[in-house]
Amino acid sequence: MASGYSAKEEDGHHSGALGPAGGAAVRSRKPDNTAFKQQRLPAWQPILTAGTVLPAFFIIGLLFIPIGIGLYVTSNNIRELQIDYTGTESSSPCFACSQNYSWNMTTPCVCSVSFSLDQPFESNVFMYYGLSNFYQNHRRYVKSRDDSQLNGNLNSLKEPSKECEPYRTNDGKPIAPCGAIANSLFNDTLALYYNDPNGTETQIQLVKRGIAWWTDKHVKFRNPVGDDSNLTAIFQGTAKPVNWQKPVYELDSDPENNGFINEDLIVWMRTAALPTFRKLYRIIEKNSSTSPTLPRGNYTLKITYNYPVRSFEGRKRMILSTISWMGGKNPFLGIAYITVGSICFFLGVVLLIIHHKYGSRSSSADLTH
Amino acid sequence: MWRRRLTCLFGGEEKRVDSRTIHAGRGSSPVADAFPQQKFCDNRIVSSKYTIWNFLPKNLFEQFRRIANFYFLIIFLVQVIVDTPTSPVTSGLPLFFVITVTAIKQGYEDWLRHKADNEVNKYPVTVLEDGKRVGKESEKIKVGDVVEVLEDETFPCDLVLLQSSRDDDTCFVTTASLDGESNHKTHYTVPDTVKDVESLHATIECEQPQPDLYKFVGRMHIRRDGQETAVRSLGPENLLLKGATLKNTKKIYGVAVYTGMETKMALNYQGKSQKRSVVEKSINAFLIVYLCLLVSKAFVCTTLKYVWQNQHGQDEPWYNPKTQQERDTNLYLKMFTDFLSFMVLFNFIIPVSMYVTVEMQKFLGSFFITWDKDFFDPEVQEGALVNTSDLNEELGQVEYIFTDKTGTLTENNMEFIECCIDGFQYKNHKFLTETDGLCETDGPITITLNKAPEELEELFLRALCLCHTVQVKESQPVDEIDGVVLDQVDGFSPSPEDQCAFIASSPDEVALVKGAMTHGFTFIGSDSKSMKIRNRDNRVEVYELLHVLNFDPVRRRMSVIVKSESGEVLLFCKGADSSIFPRVRKEEVDRIRVHVERDAKEGYRTLCVAYKRLGNEDFARVDAELREARLSLHDREEKLMAVYNQVETDMILIGATAVEDRLQDRAAETMEALQGAGMKVWVLTGDKMETAKSTCYACRLFQRGTELLELTVGALGEGEGKREERLLELLLEYHKRVVHDTPPSKTGLHRTWSSPGQDYGLIVDGATLSLLLNASPDGTGSHYKNLFLKICQSCTSVLCCRMAPLQKAQIVRMVKSSKGSPITLSVGDGANDVSMILEAHVGIGIKGKEGRQAVRNSDYAIPKLKHLKKLLLVHGHLYYVRIAHLVQYFFYKNLCFILPQFLYQFYCGYSQLPLYDAAYLTMYNICFTSMPILAYSLFEQHISIDTLLDHAALYREVAKNAMLRWGPFFYWTMLGVFHGLLFFFGVYCVFSNPALLPSGQVFGNWTFGTIVFTILVFTVTIKLALDTRHWTWINHFVIWGSLAFYILFSFFWGGITWPFLEQQRLYFVFINMLSSMSAWLAIMLLIVLSLLPDVLLVALRRPRGRNTRQIAAVTPLSYKHLKEREW
Repeated sequence: MASGYSAKEEDGHHSGALGPAGGAAVRSRKPDNTAFKQQRLPAWQPILTAGTVLPAFFIIGLLFIPIGIGLYVTSNNIRELQIDYTGTESSSPCFACSQNYSWNMTTPCVCSVSFSLDQPFESNVFMYYGLSNFYQNHRRYVKSRDDSQLNGNLNSLKEPSKECEPYRTNDGKPIAPCGAIANSLFNDTLALYYNDPNGTETQIQLVKRGIAWWTDKHVKFRNPVGDDSNLTAIFQGTAKPVNWQKPVYELDSDPENNGFINEDLIVWMRTAALPTFRKLYRIIEKNSSTSPTLPRGNYTLKITYNYPVRSFEGRKRMILSTISWMGGKNPFLGIAYITVGSICFFLGVVLLIIHHKYGSRSSSADLTH
Repeated sequence: MWRRRLTCLFGGEEKRVDSRTIHAGRGSSPVADAFPQQKFCDNRIVSSKYTIWNFLPKNLFEQFRRIANFYFLIIFLVQVIVDTPTSPVTSGLPLFFVITVTAIKQGYEDWLRHKADNEVNKYPVTVLEDGKRVGKESEKIKVGDVVEVLEDETFPCDLVLLQSSRDDDTCFVTTASLDGESNHKTHYTVPDTVKDVESLHATIECEQPQPDLYKFVGRMHIRRDGQETAVRSLGPENLLLKGATLKNTKKIYGVAVYTGMETKMALNYQGKSQKRSVVEKSINAFLIVYLCLLVSKAFVCTTLKYVWQNQHGQDEPWYNPKTQQERDTNLYLKMFTDFLSFMVLFNFIIPVSMYVTVEMQKFLGSFFITWDKDFFDPEVQEGALVNTSDLNEELGQVEYIFTDKTGTLTENNMEFIECCIDGFQYKNHKFLTETDGLCETDGPITITLNKAPEELEELFLRALCLCHTVQVKESQPVDEIDGVVLDQVDGFSPSPEDQCAFIASSPDEVALVKGAMTHGFTFIGSDSKSMKIRNRDNRVEVYELLHVLNFDPVRRRMSVIVKSESGEVLLFCKGADSSIFPRVRKEEVDRIRVHVERDAKEGYRTLCVAYKRLGNEDFARVDAELREARLSLHDREEKLMAVYNQVETDMILIGATAVEDRLQDRAAETMEALQGAGMKVWVLTGDKMETAKSTCYACRLFQRGTELLELTVGALGEGEGKREERLLELLLEYHKRVVHDTPPSKTGLHRTWSSPGQDYGLIVDGATLSLLLNASPDGTGSHYKNLFLKICQSCTSVLCCRMAPLQKAQIVRMVKSSKGSPITLSVGDGANDVSMILEAHVGIGIKGKEGRQAVRNSDYAIPKLKHLKKLLLVHGHLYYVRIAHLVQYFFYKNLCFILPQFLYQFYCGYSQLPLYDAAYLTMYNICFTSMPILAYSLFEQHISIDTLLDHAALYREVAKNAMLRWGPFFYWTMLGVFHGLLFFFGVYCVFSNPALLPSGQVFGNWTFGTIVFTILVFTVTIKLALDTRHWTWINHFVIWGSLAFYILFSFFWGGITWPFLEQQRLYFVFINMLSSMSAWLAIMLLIVLSLLPDVLLVALRRPRGRNTRQIAAVTPLSYKHLKEREW
């Protein structure tokens, strides 16, 4: 930038510098004749015209509609059953449990909901619990965890992050796992029974492994490693989360699913995106190739009702669902694909007509000129 | 800044004193006590802005005065103070970076200014103190000091000339760096000053400093021992201005009257105010819209948050208790901090990176101007120069062009073309020998060809050799010295005589003398008493120079009275045809007139030459009258004029000359192209009206059909009081003629050819203009101005002649501030153009012959006028399109970046949870989406360079800030809103069942954000790809590169547990997302869907687009058609 007025200029002494001596330096000022500097780099100059755009519309249309149909069919083939067991209505079997709830109940309140399947659930069935109006994505809540503690860091175990407040310490002892997320771990126990037509009630085997992301289970979450391989000893000196009934090292009898690597805990720690969400609870594995995983018939869902949602007007659901390559049941994608595909196709046709008409008119207009 | 400095220099009291009293040779001034000593400023020039001490606070203050910087500062402070969703580093680091870089740049520039100031201020000068010569630094000169200046030195301050080494008490000065006139001007010593300056006792009373270069009024009281005080009046001819250079004079002594910042030169320089482009103004306007958007978003969220929290159980559910600190905070304070938190969360909508990118685009983009080989001129051996990169896009928005004439439109290189003696035409090149010298093209062929004209011919040539004020400068290398151009050797006369250079007050005179030289008569030199010429027989003739009747613009002629060796007293007169013809006999006129008129039509400057023999009595009478008039103290000018007029009568016309000031290469073509691009060209020149007019004709600014309206001293007539009335009359008349009688559609951008009406050209001169602008302050002044403006705006071209530098700036300012505030551009090459270059929106300097002043003060400098065409039509157009797109795109991409985050607040309890991870929030503008748009804004050529050059009318497509008006802005904003809504709600619908993995596992909120973000990055980048019309490998590399980079980064960022992060939020989120077929399909669907409207628009717009292309392609042709129809 030039100065306001270059005082140097006044005398004009400097101009003498532009004598013949400066010639060599001056000559080099000739700009290079390179394509880059002359803005003449070879370039692809696509011109988007109706001609080039039209096929795109048709291609998108032809591509999207089958995908959409595929998705829609897939989604429709997924069996899904949702049972709301919140128990806010007096008719609900869990009404009593939901009413008489207090945190330090000695005997758990159990209620059972009966339902029937009209159609059998083939292949693996996934059991979810769903919560509504539960803001797992509240910022205060999302922050309230210590990933380093959950990763087995011993320092963090003893000295949890400040973000865990107010669930950082209890009676001077550090809470493990600390924070509001862990503290509010979903602790209803769901059990599923098949009511045989002959009157017997068979409990259906629920697998609790494989519900969390592999990487979470194996890398992100790790139990602290001490001198002792005994979890109880390692967690010595820590307090259990305030709302928990059991300490973290007693979550499961299986050592591979206990402590911080308990999959229920891991699943819960992955905060949901929306206030209405579902989380994978158990998997019902298909065990014979001939009979369906869940045959048609009557079932009973037995709930150990521990988790209060009435205070914030939440709802609790149990969801049984089969899974396809696209995940759970979701007709949206299929419909959206079909819609977009059809729109594209339709637009393509309209444009073709317009283009055809307009094109011929404009060319005739050219002739008259 | 200058003004302020000045007012503080004059104390409050000082202001009221309207004259200053100076004691020459202060040191020995016994009477000094008799006067109250006035305080004058020292001779220091200060152009720097900062000192070491105030740099930091002042610079920071200035930087934070920019609305954007201030905004970022506030955001940063909020982040530091309040618990916000993002860390202060995210906005603090970029801000710190930007501020530091700017401060360093400005500091460096100011350091350069300091250096330049010092060079001037420390320049050694010689001052007489107590009779001794003392060496001093220039800045130490005080008012009243007697200063010695040697040849070729510049005057360090404004001096009243006391003594000159020349024995005729004159000195020669060139004011090239002041007003651009490279000729030599004669200045006179104050009469009757004693020969030895050392013993001078004098008091000078003069007016307070004022910027008019040509005005100076003062009185000098000279006291001599034992004598009474002599009073001498001082005029501009006694004043040597700072900045001018002494020429042809060994040394002079002068007394300093104005110093430092009070010199006329300093007063004539306006501070270079920061020029802001329209685009920047648009950015600021958009910024305010987005700021409002931001504030209203934050406000809506805050309100809703508290409404929502009032519902039962929502504020603090058992699973999510508040911390103690949160509970203790005052409700209103909490509301306020919540508001601020939302602001911080959404602040990315106005990204720092946009400013960085815009700056980078401007800085890097300007290199293409420097690099353009089409701007390289083999003569100057230089290409274009970019002094400021802030205005690249402004080059594409120009509506008015103000151009200097001499050196800009023309080469400033006079050439003798032909002459006509007694009705016979002599072409220059065929007239090397006597015999074949006559070329009878259209003159009557007579048999007495050689006889009668022979005598006349010699007389004519003698007249050319004698009737001038040319000086011969001997043994000077013919080169550019100190910014003054000595006359250059012309190609056709490479004789050794040319080693001596001619110096004259007007380049025409040199051309004439040289013309005579080619015809055998050489002017060898003159001293104050005599002139020597060498005639065809190689004999030296000596003429005694008796009187010079100087040229003045009213008489428009000059004469000399000489006595030949034979004792004959001759008067030679040359002047414009209009001023000579009435003073010669009728029958002679007719023979010459044909030639003169034809030459004038060719655009040559024509002069007629006449002579007169003076008898002895006649001469004695004239001599006496002249002497008397010259000595009179009052009305000297008028008296002299009367005598001149009386003497210059009954002359005999000998012939006429034609001199060409060659137009610059392709000047007319350039002007035509610029006018075709919808720009209006005004010529502002210090030159005479006639010359300027002929140049305008030659440049095709005026055409044969153009009706010229004159607002000149000539048109107004004499007499102060009447002038104003007459001016108003003329204005009203012209206004009626031009504005009322033509359809109003004609005004504005469209050039007059589009309507079949009359072309008008306006000619204004400086005197009339000052009358106009300084008209009586009772409200009629603005009325005059308005009338004048309206007339000007409806004229095809305007010519302003006899302009002082500041008047040029005044004109520019007037147009600049007129309705619609059109974008102005000034082109000039001399120091006299500096003020208008500084005043206009864009200042262009031509690297001409009149020094580098204009170049230094310009925003862009080009070697030749013809380069203006490419600079505006190609570079300006492209830069405008590029930056306009850049700005719109930036706002767009940040709107659709932040909108989902805003929408997410509705689903996360208004808790300010960011939708995207912090890394994505920070990197989005820095890495993922910045490079493609930067590459676009550097390399895009939506129309090829050649097409732009060929079809000037394409320039109109972007005129009036077309791409940054509210319409396009609204379109982009809507697009951003559409995309934002689509991204969020599309993914929202997909997440109605978060079990998207084929293993039945669910996705959490970070996956939600990552999917939205992926769609966002791809859509925004592909949107740009769709807009790119010019794909160089760099575009390919950068566009696909940033997408690849995004993917790689996401893999990398999510692939490792980062020890420095508190939360491993994104651990394997991206990879898991990719293992979900639904996520893939959702991403593809939403990208396609969001780009659909754009593609659709392209398909629909396409026929219209072709139409405009057709129109554009046909325009130059149809112009011709139109014209043909008109004729």
